[in-house]
Amino acid sequence: MSAREEISVSAAKAPASRFGWRNWAGIGVVLVLAVLPLFLANFTIFQLTMMLIYAIAILGLNLLTGINGQFSLGHGAFYAIGAYTAAILMEDAGLAYGWTLPAAGIVCFLSGFLFGLPALRLEGIYLALATFGLAVAMPQFLKLSVIEPWTGGVQGIVITKPDAPFGLPLSQDQWLYYFTLVVGLLLYWFAVNLVSSRSGRALMAIRDNPLAARAMGVNNALYKSLAFGVSAAFTGIAGALGAIVVQFVAPDSFTFFLSVALFVGLVVGGVGWLPGALVGGAFVVFIPNVAEHFNKALAGAVYGVILILLIYLMPTGAGGLVRKVADFIGRRMKSRPDR
Amino acid sequence: MKRINSRLAILGALAAATALAATAANADETTGITDKTIKIGNIMPYSGPASAYSQIAKTDAAYMKMLNDNGGVCGRQIDFISYDDGYSPPKTVEQARKLVESDQVALIFNSLGTGTNTAIQKYMNAKKTPQLFVATGASKFGDPKHFPWTMGWQPDYVSEGKIYARYLLKNIPDAKIGVLYQNDDYGKDYLNGLKQGLGDKASMIVAEQPYETSDPTVDSQMVNLKGSGANVFFNVATPKFAAQAIKKAAELGWKPTQLLNSVSNSVGAVLKPAGFEASKGVISALYLKDSQDPQWKDDEGMKKWNAFMDKYYADGDKNSSFTLYGYSVSQTLEKVLKGACDDFTHSGIMKSAASMKNVDLDLTPPGIQVNTSATDFYPLQDMQLIKFDGERWQAFGEVVSGADTQ
Amino acid sequence: MEILIQQIVSGIATGAIYACMALAIVMIYQAIHHLNFAQGEMAMFSTFVAWQLLAWGVPYWLAFVLTVALSFAGGIIIERIVFKPIENAPVLSHVVVFIALFAIFNSLAGFIWNFEIKPFPSPFGSGALFGGIMSPHQAGMIVVTLAVLVLLYVFFRFTRIGLAMRAAAANPESARLVGIRVSWMTALGWGMASAIGAVAGMMIAPVVFLEPNMMVSILLYGFAGAVLGGLTSPVGAVIGGLAVGIIENLAGTYIPVVGPELKLPVALFVIVAVLVVRPSGLLGRKIVQRV
Repeated sequence: MSAREEISVSAAKAPASRFGWRNWAGIGVVLVLAVLPLFLANFTIFQLTMMLIYAIAILGLNLLTGINGQFSLGHGAFYAIGAYTAAILMEDAGLAYGWTLPAAGIVCFLSGFLFGLPALRLEGIYLALATFGLAVAMPQFLKLSVIEPWTGGVQGIVITKPDAPFGLPLSQDQWLYYFTLVVGLLLYWFAVNLVSSRSGRALMAIRDNPLAARAMGVNNALYKSLAFGVSAAFTGIAGALGAIVVQFVAPDSFTFFLSVALFVGLVVGGVGWLPGALVGGAFVVFIPNVAEHFNKALAGAVYGVILILLIYLMPTGAGGLVRKVADFIGRRMKSRPDR
Repeated sequence: MKRINSRLAILGALAAATALAATAANADETTGITDKTIKIGNIMPYSGPASAYSQIAKTDAAYMKMLNDNGGVCGRQIDFISYDDGYSPPKTVEQARKLVESDQVALIFNSLGTGTNTAIQKYMNAKKTPQLFVATGASKFGDPKHFPWTMGWQPDYVSEGKIYARYLLKNIPDAKIGVLYQNDDYGKDYLNGLKQGLGDKASMIVAEQPYETSDPTVDSQMVNLKGSGANVFFNVATPKFAAQAIKKAAELGWKPTQLLNSVSNSVGAVLKPAGFEASKGVISALYLKDSQDPQWKDDEGMKKWNAFMDKYYADGDKNSSFTLYGYSVSQTLEKVLKGACDDFTHSGIMKSAASMKNVDLDLTPPGIQVNTSATDFYPLQDMQLIKFDGERWQAFGEVVSGADTQ
Repeated sequence: MEILIQQIVSGIATGAIYACMALAIVMIYQAIHHLNFAQGEMAMFSTFVAWQLLAWGVPYWLAFVLTVALSFAGGIIIERIVFKPIENAPVLSHVVVFIALFAIFNSLAGFIWNFEIKPFPSPFGSGALFGGIMSPHQAGMIVVTLAVLVLLYVFFRFTRIGLAMRAAAANPESARLVGIRVSWMTALGWGMASAIGAVAGMMIAPVVFLEPNMMVSILLYGFAGAVLGGLTSPVGAVIGGLAVGIIENLAGTYIPVVGPELKLPVALFVIVAVLVVRPSGLLGRKIVQRV
């Protein structure tokens, strides 16, 4: 079975058009997310904000890999570009932090699109290597002495944390959480609409059977490059948010471990299942801490073991598990005589 | 319906109040300090590319245990909490916030790395929590005017570079210098120090070859350095690459005067893998006694360190400079804390740290002392030049102070 | 001119390191059509095992053979225990398990043997050859790499098991129909890849010194070399590895200003460029897709 076939088997189809229990579950999750910061200490809110940020980044990756079937191990690079765009605009150009998000989105869309063009010729393993190469090369680009006046070189850039606007009685952490939550919901809504639109179907067609898609008139090259661009834009916006929340960017923050983490989050959440991005984000932020708690010296080994167990229990990620449970409940309900 | 509404309102108000209170509470002067305990935080790379340095944290932890066994400091037991940041600044920020806001430590001690410490510097100062004795020689951390709560410890890299420059100007005035340096803040600081020390003679540097930690070997750079015609080789590399460089120089038949940065002058960890023959004549600088040096065999301080290692950190590598480093920086903290017993608060501890006068440590050779003041946040600036004779380091010349060259 | 020659020779020496690793990668790819991200860490772990045997006084060649045998067995065990249960999971989940293995081996090695660098002996002696550009060990490493390459080539081309393994990877269903035990072929592939990895590790360690993180960057260069050469060709892997070493050195020396800082990106860029022109690598076989 080729890699692409396997991705399409596990990916979700376009969401149903009725307002079913899935939508109620979604509203429930949003409500919980909205209310949480009122009960938690600032540090935990900070962690939850990072979780949302990684979820947005993974959402972008999901659009590329889950929906369009292109394998990327290099999304950390786009995250870095977004982060640096925000940092440079905020500290050197004095731009307000809100405007850095669309700026990061545009810059990353262009970089993703430009990267997607030569990547058209690469499939599966080779694309993986090319994207992996991009991720590994990014810290060295960021350290380049010729662009040091803008990027701060190895020292990085320190960013000032914004306060809540209009004198709202929120701490900086709470404000940034809600800001991130709103941005995340907007992007998620955009992603869902993209997937259920004609373009989304074209992307999925390219994933499932590129030759057939081309035969049906889909412009593979354009859609694949656009997918790269949109995916990079999402991850870039996440990067910009990350820069604002962490208040610091440096080449060491964006090594290939970040790309690996995003990829792991994608698979754990469920490839092709958009809500899985939140599960993936939670995994990236909290599981390393759990592993460290277990045993500091062997934290890496514990992390690896947890990961393997998760794959055993949910080979297709959280999305796969949810789908199995939903199917199970659905079948049970159908077989009940008194309906 | 009305009852539910009013309950919700009260709940909401309480929650908001708690959240606001939580924000304010952390700026307290005695956070982390009770009558019986003091909580000390630490962040080190236990995983990732810099994981070799975690030995420092393990030594620190062992020293804290020894202090606790001997009654603690100021009548309080030390609760030493150390977290892993994998050398990644965003993770360092998370761990620092965890330590300060969740674990409520009194100070963060000996956290490692330049980028990582830069990431939390503003935060620590905003929270008025001491960021003491950061484990890096970057010169930016001795800036009391802008960052009064942050202090370094070891001689900074720029000063050390200047010391080597002075040595060259005096002893090899016609030197042609080739530099191998790690392409990050650590390597660049040393290179800048050398250039600053050479002043208008900076053109003595005929070749600069950077390397990345992702390079498997530095063979290519060494070939280029030899080809540049340099007769002095400034080796600004971390232990693994420094050893590779020295070995390669010998294999290439290149015999320049070699200056080795103090981060990598451990006999066991660097010179032995490089080869003792190849390392003969290498010059470096030190500020701590070398555990391999027989002249310290009966030295009181060295005996204490050996006893400490045997009892509290038997797994530790006695050949590694990290264990000497960890012991010494922890001992400095011990003196600072014990000097603050009358004013055992965040500012009191900071004040004690900023008023060390001619303090000797068990492992500092005679002539090298810890000195700080309200305007001098560089505790150690003295270094002793040393030369490797094929078996061990031999000191030569007098103790040089980096402060002179400022 | 002299520097050019020296850099090329030095590039061949470093490239031999990458070629060693690339062979192990091609081996596993031939068996399972996946890239194993944990290959480098497994090789590193094997090298530590060898170091431990040497520390216990075992003579070098005995330790060498024991380590290769243990690694072979270890590879098979890992395949049976870790991968058999999830063989029907999607390929991306497999990749995540590779990543998990990476974390486990790296952490275990650091825990058992700590992170300080350790010298590893070479059976070829030390000193200087060719005016000092290459040491006897590096020359020996090239010879060993070529020997492994020849053995692999012979195995795949002229033995029945080699043929069976290629068949099992290329078309598992048909292979089963002709009586090949596909799942044991996969296990065998893993064992052989681990064994080659152990050899690679023991050749590489004397040059770069043994420590848990020693293989991380070499794995990447090894991948690059394997992909450049075409993942289906052991000869390509060696050529690719050597090429990566040479390109990297020349880039560092001759590209002005940014050369030394961008050695790795340049090498990767060259590889991507080659792939865009020849998508299956220099010596790889073209895969024709049927509608």
